Amino acid sequence: MSSLSSSVARRPNADRSATIAFWAFISPALIGLTLFTLIPIGWGFLLSLSHAQNTIHFTHFVGLRNYIDLLTDEEFLRSLATIVVFAAFIVPLTYAASLGLALMVNRVATGRSFFRTVFFIPSAVSYVAASLIWRVSLFNGLSFGFANHLLSLIGLAPIVWIGTANPPWYWLVLVTVRLWLQVGFFMIIFLAGLQEIPSSLYEAAAVDGADPGWQMLRHITLPQLRNTSISVLLLSLIAAFQAFDEFYSVLGSGGSANGNISLARPPLVYLYSLALSNQDFGRGAAGGFILTGLIVAITLIQGRIVRFGEADP
Amino acid sequence: MLRSHFNHHHLCVTRRQFLRTTTAVVGGVLAGCTDSGGVPGARVTLTQWYHQYGEAGTQEAVLRYAAEYTRRYPDIAIKVVWVPGDYGTKLSTALLTAGGPDIFEDALTFPMVGASQVVPLDDLFTPEIRREFSAPDLAANTVGGKIYGVRMIDDTGLLYYRKSLLQAAGIEPPTTMDALISAAKRLSSGDRKGLFVGNDGGISALLTLAPWSAGSEFLSDNRIVFDTPRTAAAYERVRELIASGALLIGAPTDWADPSALIQGLTAMQWGGLWSYPAIYKALGDDVGVVPWPELDDQGAPVTFAGGWSQMINAQSRHIDEAKRFVRWMWLENGALAQDWALSYGFHVPPRQSIARNAAPLQSGVPAQAVRIVQQHGRLLPPIWNSAMTTALSDALTNIIQKGRPAAPEVAAAARKCERELERSLE
Repeated sequence: MSSLSSSVARRPNADRSATIAFWAFISPALIGLTLFTLIPIGWGFLLSLSHAQNTIHFTHFVGLRNYIDLLTDEEFLRSLATIVVFAAFIVPLTYAASLGLALMVNRVATGRSFFRTVFFIPSAVSYVAASLIWRVSLFNGLSFGFANHLLSLIGLAPIVWIGTANPPWYWLVLVTVRLWLQVGFFMIIFLAGLQEIPSSLYEAAAVDGADPGWQMLRHITLPQLRNTSISVLLLSLIAAFQAFDEFYSVLGSGGSANGNISLARPPLVYLYSLALSNQDFGRGAAGGFILTGLIVAITLIQGRIVRFGEADP
Repeated sequence: MLRSHFNHHHLCVTRRQFLRTTTAVVGGVLAGCTDSGGVPGARVTLTQWYHQYGEAGTQEAVLRYAAEYTRRYPDIAIKVVWVPGDYGTKLSTALLTAGGPDIFEDALTFPMVGASQVVPLDDLFTPEIRREFSAPDLAANTVGGKIYGVRMIDDTGLLYYRKSLLQAAGIEPPTTMDALISAAKRLSSGDRKGLFVGNDGGISALLTLAPWSAGSEFLSDNRIVFDTPRTAAAYERVRELIASGALLIGAPTDWADPSALIQGLTAMQWGGLWSYPAIYKALGDDVGVVPWPELDDQGAPVTFAGGWSQMINAQSRHIDEAKRFVRWMWLENGALAQDWALSYGFHVPPRQSIARNAAPLQSGVPAQAVRIVQQHGRLLPPIWNSAMTTALSDALTNIIQKGRPAAPEVAAAARKCERELERSLE
């Protein structure tokens, strides 16, 4: 009885101390999140409703005008079309290449860690550095560029890879550099998914006489990788919509530096130039919200179509 | 036991100790972040920003000028900040805050005046000083009749050509667009192309030069005036230039760098005066220059009159001291202004008395460059902005890369630029 009453008497203190501990642990993250994420998002939203030229104060409220201007701006709409084309190339290619690599690395009996590491290393390379190597060394338009040298070995004339719209070879440069950079990362995700598949399924299929190649891939591996595949598709799609570095580094920044960016300008490059070169923070912020809305909408639709999150069959 | 005691003694930290240490560390870090900017012994410390110049010796030079000023005026210290990377973005971000520089170099834009980021400097421009600067240099720093910047260096572009290659082919330096296209074709041979105007086929370099060479203007009295048949004709000739197959495209460096000419990848190159020391070192006297050729009889040869200007932040707490420094450095002290323009890279000193008398500008290519920029130098006024450049670049891309008719593209770009102009004037 006495012990019960003492524990009851102590509880408020214990609760208080737990509350203090909770806030002590949570507050650094909460303060950081508020200061560096929530306030900037809120501030950005208010800016997107203002005419904020060379200022980040919202003194001149213009309602939805920045949004309307952008949604009727041909250049911005063209940049959205550009990124859709880019995603249409890069997402399926990334999916196929990373799945293929993962299947191969998973089957290697010896040296699996070595191959896993080798294929993953490009993920650690900066987009800017890789883009410069692609532009200056591999795909320069001279006869001694790597790609043109390979062409010369089979008797073909050098190609101007970057800087002509017809044919648009620059897409090859943009897509291959991102593919090289990200395929290793998605391969690791697929490898983790492959290692989750119980070996008993393959054994049972083998007993039933299934062909160890295509049949097992089609009826066991791919269905078991459904959620992993959806994650890879979603992540690579979101990353494609946020593309900036390789476009900016391969095609140039525009202005007096290099005008190839007019060939394929993704929305982030357009908004960067609008907000930071032109100092129009109102339209820049509005564009950021439009792009975010678009990514969220596409992700939700894709999630609904492929029934993301449901149990594997 | 001993080990356990040791661990316990050293690793167990009381809450009070933890808080004390954390507070000290966080306080230290925050103190490091906030820079009062003061220099000991000085009553006033002025912060001055430069972008990172590529030429060797430039950073030492500006530090020397700052030290010289403090020697003369011991109560004023100049703290030079040398900014690598994307200077424009860093500067414009800093100007939005109270922590920006007192003095900085930049190109004046109309919204900088609208947002009260810069101080009018008309009181520094006495009639004699005003006469010292060319009309484009004053126009580049003038908004609403007030002068906001002091030109520090003039930069310009030139059409460099290899004299020996032109002579061997029996070609005169081109002075019209017809002659240029024909020369570019005839000078192309094997791995060497006739002309290099940038890896974008001239979209950035010729965006303004081509219409200027046709006699077109971009803005006049705050109105967009480039939507003319002459502008469309000029862009169509650029398309012809690209279609000739004589342009170098896909070089490792762009037009602002002289490597393509030096390495023999091209016989002619549009480049900057700043590249001349490197070109002279590599090719000696085997190089000549002309302005960008006129489109036809109704046009005119042109180049751009660019450069950097010194401005003062309107949020500075020491505007008077900053003005005094700017006057001493750029308007009174001719020796330092000449040293800055000519001892490291190669630029034309904006003050005409200095440019006239500077020994390195008296003969050869430099003398021609000074003449070219003074006679043919053109510039876009401060109200032109990068959104307008984007609209026009897209039009030129559609014309020269996608083969679309020029007139409707120029008209569409003009409408976009008019909307941008309206926004700017709000």
